[in-house]
Amino acid sequence: MPSSGERIEVRKTYKLYIGGAFPRSESGRSYEVHDSKGRFLANAAQASRKDARDADVAARKAFGGWSAKTAYNRGQVVYRVAELLEGRRIQFVDEVQRGEGLSRRQAERVVDLSVDRLVWYAGWADKVAQVVGSANPVAGPYFNFSLPEPTGAVAMVAPEDSSLLGLVSVLAPAVVTGNTVVVVTSYSRPLPAITLSEVLATSDVPGGVVNMLTGSAAEIAPWLASHMDVNAIDLTGVEDAELARALEESAAQNLKRVRRPGPVDWAAEPGIDRLASFLETKTVWHPIGI
Amino acid sequence: MADDTVVGSAATSTTRAMFDYAPAPESRSVVDIASSYGLFIDGEFTDPVDGRSFKTISPASEEVLAEVSEASERDVDLAVRAARNAHTKVWSKMSGRERSKYLFRIARIIQERSRELAVLESLDNGKPIRESRDVDVPLVAAYFFYYAGWADKLQYAGFGPDPRPLGVAGQVIPWNFPLLMLAWKIAPALAAGNTVVLKPAETTPLTSLLFAEICQQADLPPGVVNIVTGAGETGRAVVAHPDVDKVAFTGSTDVGRSIAQTVAGTTKSVTLELGGKAANIVFDDAPVDQAVEGIVNGIFFNQGHVCCAGSRLLVQESVAQDVLDRLKRRMATLRLGDPLDKNTDIGAINSAEQLAKIRSLSDVGEAEGAGRWSPACDLPQHGFWFPPTIFTGVSQAHRIAREEIFGPVLSVITFRTPAEAVEKANNTPFGLSAGVWTDKGSRILWMADRLRAGVVWANTFNKFDPTSPFGGYKESGYGREGGRHGLEAYLAK
Repeated sequence: MPSSGERIEVRKTYKLYIGGAFPRSESGRSYEVHDSKGRFLANAAQASRKDARDADVAARKAFGGWSAKTAYNRGQVVYRVAELLEGRRIQFVDEVQRGEGLSRRQAERVVDLSVDRLVWYAGWADKVAQVVGSANPVAGPYFNFSLPEPTGAVAMVAPEDSSLLGLVSVLAPAVVTGNTVVVVTSYSRPLPAITLSEVLATSDVPGGVVNMLTGSAAEIAPWLASHMDVNAIDLTGVEDAELARALEESAAQNLKRVRRPGPVDWAAEPGIDRLASFLETKTVWHPIGI
Repeated sequence: MADDTVVGSAATSTTRAMFDYAPAPESRSVVDIASSYGLFIDGEFTDPVDGRSFKTISPASEEVLAEVSEASERDVDLAVRAARNAHTKVWSKMSGRERSKYLFRIARIIQERSRELAVLESLDNGKPIRESRDVDVPLVAAYFFYYAGWADKLQYAGFGPDPRPLGVAGQVIPWNFPLLMLAWKIAPALAAGNTVVLKPAETTPLTSLLFAEICQQADLPPGVVNIVTGAGETGRAVVAHPDVDKVAFTGSTDVGRSIAQTVAGTTKSVTLELGGKAANIVFDDAPVDQAVEGIVNGIFFNQGHVCCAGSRLLVQESVAQDVLDRLKRRMATLRLGDPLDKNTDIGAINSAEQLAKIRSLSDVGEAEGAGRWSPACDLPQHGFWFPPTIFTGVSQAHRIAREEIFGPVLSVITFRTPAEAVEKANNTPFGLSAGVWTDKGSRILWMADRLRAGVVWANTFNKFDPTSPFGGYKESGYGREGGRHGLEAYLAK
């Protein structure tokens, strides 16, 4: 018991982030979040099947507008997120430090890398087409070119361990290329994802472009993997190989694009692999003649 | 119309603008112009070694705006030394990621100070505020934003796995888009890891000097950007300096030629973006009203002070009369006057010298037998002005069909077949841009295949974007600015 006169802190139960709003889980469930030493941090909403379906509806609804924005505009919007993240640096450092059990300096480095990663991906918005697209010299009187387009609504299981840098690193490339996403956040370390949701809600990212579900991947991911209105699934954060195989199998039903889990060094330069993961290539033919 | 226009003349003219607009001037109070400016060398404003200066005026009123330093050869040498030092010690050693963040900062400050930049640009250059506010300055921010993103991605640009900067870039830019040309030069140079010495045009130095302040505001390391103001002599000193690794020039073909001669036998890389005499080609199936808007935009945008201006209208004979009638009707609605008035379509000619050149070539056009027409248009009493003008009955041999006028003067030529259009369009030593107006997609691409020009606009004109490479064929210069291609000019081979 705190001694008399000591302030009792206000304990918060965080909610989900769906369609730009912060609803409670439809299931009414929440779970306790603890720091790396087992001390209580907060309560988080525990998302259900229905929440996942709602989040996908929001992602689908946002896709048209977001994918139709100019690449320049999407780049500006993601850069703005980096600016806001920098503004909340202390809060993120605190959450990463406590959640991941890092030293202050290590946590600061993680947050700095996360901001820089967002800036890096922001710059890709209007360049990725110039790197992966092409004009094709077909043998005939045709103008032929190939351009990348976003895949659609992407479900993602965010890394369990790297709760901010890993999250940003899977989220940013999918979003900056014009996809909308439903993210199942780190179960044990959800606070950076929740704070990132608050950042996104006050940024220029339209509601529904990013939806965050705190809860158990083992419970929610199967519903997303089998959902017929999800176009792709990123299994990066799935640690159980058996679950990953099962998710990939159900994703096959509507031929979702699947990104398999694997070890990642989140601090390393990411390359353009993740940018290309959730892009379709469209080739256009047009005749040349008087 | 400007305040000093003769009042009441509107009623006496039948072809005047349909509506009278109340004046809507943009306030000058947003911008502080100092009475004098030093050179921007090594992060500081410094006085020139020999203390020489010149005045910059508003071409719309001839009012003196400020006294600007004239950089001598010795000042240029100091600037190049500062740039070399900054390149060796700071900029080339910095990671692309950190360079990128400096450029993003600059882009953001430009966005935040956009109104100030637009007003200053219109004051010093004479272009309508509508253009500086809606075209020039937003593009300036966009170019910095775009190249900021390349600074840490150079290995993906397709120029080898370990792209290296060239070193110090000497850049000389023209007066028609002072700040935009600065952005085209500085943004890719810095992104690729070069440092720069830039000379703005002598008639439009003020936005470059405000940009120097923005570099300070962004805490850009000293010496990465150096701005030396002056005229031709200063430019020659920048180009000829032995420690400049790369020369980038936008301006006239004549100066471009002499730069190419100056660098002959050296190891300097060069890009030149020079003059043009673009054909804007209108076929009989083109949407006429849209085409007329494109013709107007092509030649009267920025008073025709545009290297890629559509200064030759090639119109298919069967629709020539209809297009001309509609073009004249449209031209009669153009509003010429105070550049700071938000209703103004056509601002001031940038200098007395340029006005004299436009007048002289237009007189030659008349003397050679072409038919001259302008809408009734009162010109303000002070400043430099030229009414929007078209010449009909122009032949391929006329000087107004061959030489770049760089003013609001359009030469109209007719053709019968697509092949003839191509022949006439390409019949010029220039090759910067071309326009094609037709409803038929296959014909657009057929024309684009045959036009010897670096940019082909189809059913649009004068479109610019940081992702889109720009530059000329033939005597319009070499090298590309903008897009992924624009990086190549600033990377070592």
